[in-house]
Amino acid sequence: MRQGAGPHLRRHLGVLAVVSLVYLLAALFVKNSYYQLIMTLVPVWALFGVSWNILSGYGGQLSFGHASFFGIGAYTVTLAMVYWGLTPLLGIPLGMLLGGLAAILIGLPTFRLRGHYFALSMLAYPLAILYVMQYLGFQEVSMPMYREHALLYMEFADPRAYTLIAVLLLIGGVVVSLVIENSRFGLALLAIRQNELAAEAAGINARLWKMRSLIVSGMLGALVGGFYARVLLVVTPESVFGMLVSAQAVVVTLFGGVASVWGPVIGAAILVPLAETLQAELGQYLPGIQGVVYGIAIIAVMLLSPDGLFWTVRDRLLRREAPHGVSEVTGAVPDAGARSDGWSLAPAPLPATARRSGPLLQVDRLSRSFGGLRAVSEVSFEIAEGEILGIIGPNGAGKTTLFNVLNGVLTADEGSARLDGQPMLGKKTYEVCRMGVGRTFQVVRSFPRLPVLDNVIVGAYGAGMSDRDAIARATQALRQVGLHGRATVAAGQLTNKQLRLMELARALAGNPRLLLLDETLAGLGREECDDVLAVLARLRAQGMTICIIEHTMHAMMRLADRFVVLDHGRVLATGLPRAVVEDDAVIEAYLGKKWLARREA
Amino acid sequence: MDPEILVENVLNAITAGITIGCIYGLMCIGLGLIFGIMRIVNFAQGELLMLGMFTSFYLVSEGRILAFLGPYWGPFIGAMCAAPAVFAGGAILHRFLISRVSGLRTVGSLDEGHFGQLVVTLGISLILQNGGQILFGSTPVAVRTPLSSQAFQIGPLYQGATVFLNKAKLVAFFVAILTAVILYVVLEYTRLGKALRAAADNPTAATYMGIDVDRAYRIAFGLGSGITAVAGGLMATYISFGPFVGFDYVIIMYSGVVLGGMGSIFGAFWGGVTVGFVQQFSALVLPPQLQNAAIFVVFLMIVLLRPQGLFGRSAERA
Repeated sequence: MRQGAGPHLRRHLGVLAVVSLVYLLAALFVKNSYYQLIMTLVPVWALFGVSWNILSGYGGQLSFGHASFFGIGAYTVTLAMVYWGLTPLLGIPLGMLLGGLAAILIGLPTFRLRGHYFALSMLAYPLAILYVMQYLGFQEVSMPMYREHALLYMEFADPRAYTLIAVLLLIGGVVVSLVIENSRFGLALLAIRQNELAAEAAGINARLWKMRSLIVSGMLGALVGGFYARVLLVVTPESVFGMLVSAQAVVVTLFGGVASVWGPVIGAAILVPLAETLQAELGQYLPGIQGVVYGIAIIAVMLLSPDGLFWTVRDRLLRREAPHGVSEVTGAVPDAGARSDGWSLAPAPLPATARRSGPLLQVDRLSRSFGGLRAVSEVSFEIAEGEILGIIGPNGAGKTTLFNVLNGVLTADEGSARLDGQPMLGKKTYEVCRMGVGRTFQVVRSFPRLPVLDNVIVGAYGAGMSDRDAIARATQALRQVGLHGRATVAAGQLTNKQLRLMELARALAGNPRLLLLDETLAGLGREECDDVLAVLARLRAQGMTICIIEHTMHAMMRLADRFVVLDHGRVLATGLPRAVVEDDAVIEAYLGKKWLARREA
Repeated sequence: MDPEILVENVLNAITAGITIGCIYGLMCIGLGLIFGIMRIVNFAQGELLMLGMFTSFYLVSEGRILAFLGPYWGPFIGAMCAAPAVFAGGAILHRFLISRVSGLRTVGSLDEGHFGQLVVTLGISLILQNGGQILFGSTPVAVRTPLSSQAFQIGPLYQGATVFLNKAKLVAFFVAILTAVILYVVLEYTRLGKALRAAADNPTAATYMGIDVDRAYRIAFGLGSGITAVAGGLMATYISFGPFVGFDYVIIMYSGVVLGGMGSIFGAFWGGVTVGFVQQFSALVLPPQLQNAAIFVVFLMIVLLRPQGLFGRSAERA
């Protein structure tokens, strides 16, 4: 649990308790059996939305096939009862187990895909299962009745009992979701959703967290499905594996508010009664009216408030009481350093092995091609401990590609790179990060929705720190770059310079031994540039080793100890800044032959 | 299985694969325009196919406006007529819904607007499927032509093996090829085609060149819709269909487009032909219910085993 999440969590739980009690009280007075069913279906679909939200809302892995898990739960409970006489009390947990297993089997291949391919592939699973179920002859399976052991088999004479259970299950789901939201699990998912590459570069194993979220999500989905089968007493492939089932989860969550615990609850509370009532009143004239309503609902939400009702309403309210809200949040900044001057802090503790004589980074004959283009060609250089190495070169010289190869975003074709003697190549991006290589990007890759402090904490979590350490380290890193005053502001509100500094702090939070900075000064004005340079100079004074890509020659002259000049993927020159700048080959690459001729003339 | 029956089945699977495959190819070209070239993820493409089927059905069935064409010519002319109708529908959809989550509005956004497109087109798909159920009813219908129960008989060829060429599928095959050729000529040689390709390739640059990108996208989306609708109209002559039929085909279309390589009209066509072949051959070994499941497995295999061409722009600049 993250620090400061306690009161936040308690408030949510309070709301949850009140809402559940009111809902159950209301359910007590519902006599009509059809409305009793709706009262049960609202928490059922809300919980299914919660399940979907964990994978697709927080994690951003849009799934159109959540019916796989729902159906697996439903069929497990039903078939176990038909063939083995197994009570749903055991059938539902069994279904959850199978749901989790299915999540692993589905996730292993499917997480290789991203974006819309992921969404479309997820769609294929429940439909494939649907046809297989038809083939196996499970066209329509009814649950047998066990009147003599009614309670054991969850057969309740009073339908309101199902409402009670549904609400209890939903409470369980919401609590799971809250715990995830307020832990490093949730932060990792949000980071992955907002920018997977940045999350990886900050040391987060995206694949692993996505898989975990799918497993949790799949188990919850199977739980709902199993219970749903028990309520309706009959399953058909279409009613549990069908497209409309998957769509329910997507629709209630998107409508209510994506990546919020309350989103699916709000969405289900509005849409399920609406659609069910319409279906009951108009269904005989307008069969399918439910689907039409859902369709209209999600199109409207997507166009009018793309994140759902919850966020739109919340943003409105927050804006109204903005002055109050901001001061309140600022007060909650955990003050780890307790010193007003961040610069007097000791530098991040370096590993004991760090002090040696050899080079920290050793790159040897590194090459990488894209088709016929050799973007990086036999590049060799070294960086000594505590040094600032500037990598310069014209556009397209292969500078960013070099960084991408070094930190595992791209693979190398040939050559080697060693950090303190340990090979770096062939590792995943997050593994390179954990070896002690921090990275910033040419185009800032922030997590715009998260507060600045959380953005930086992502880097500390990536290095595998405990919650307490991570917060302390992140706060310290913010001080190191001079951003501690803006810790609670959403990253999306920062200026370009502040974003650059925040990204730097995120890289620092992982206690790196080497920083790879990609055009940190790009797009900054003269004064802003000086500010960032001052921060970098102070980092060096604290013993940090930095490798920086830059265009702006005059800035680099002041900062770098040595230059490596790249052109067309090759090392053109290496050496002290003054010498490199005078080098004819370098001048030719930058300014062209004519210029060189004029100078010589 | 006897060897001669096997030979006969294989030969028939090949001919059916070619005819049905080309109709699938046409269907895939429609999605190829929308997804392959414009990079709009359209979840509702199957419903456009369904609209094509019903348009043709309502035009040429007994007592309808085109019934006078008779059962031989009518169904195929009806299929062609589905193109302008669904073109208009697609253009309107794009004008009011799709354009808000695609094109210039999403250039440079993190996921190129795919999230919004998936959600909006899922909504459209739900509305068209279920609205279709309200309008058309859920009883499966078919466009009747006597041709669908007639076949050219070729052979006996080898050890008594005979190939049967369904006449409806054969005519549909020719119409599909014709439509594909017309589209190709339009895209390759007309001013409109050039504008469309430019707008798809680089919307921002096309704007600077004075191309009305929104309009170009609208037309391209309409064309993609219309082409798929023609394929739907053709298929309506040999299958029976209801408002939910699109679902089985949307995956086939994506398989074809992805298999053929993103961004190529020809590729989409050949991708569709390949998927048609796979489907016909799977019919040799699989029971009917599992053939549809096989298509999904094929789709998963395609996107999983050929990831290099599939991530789109995964080699993003860091």
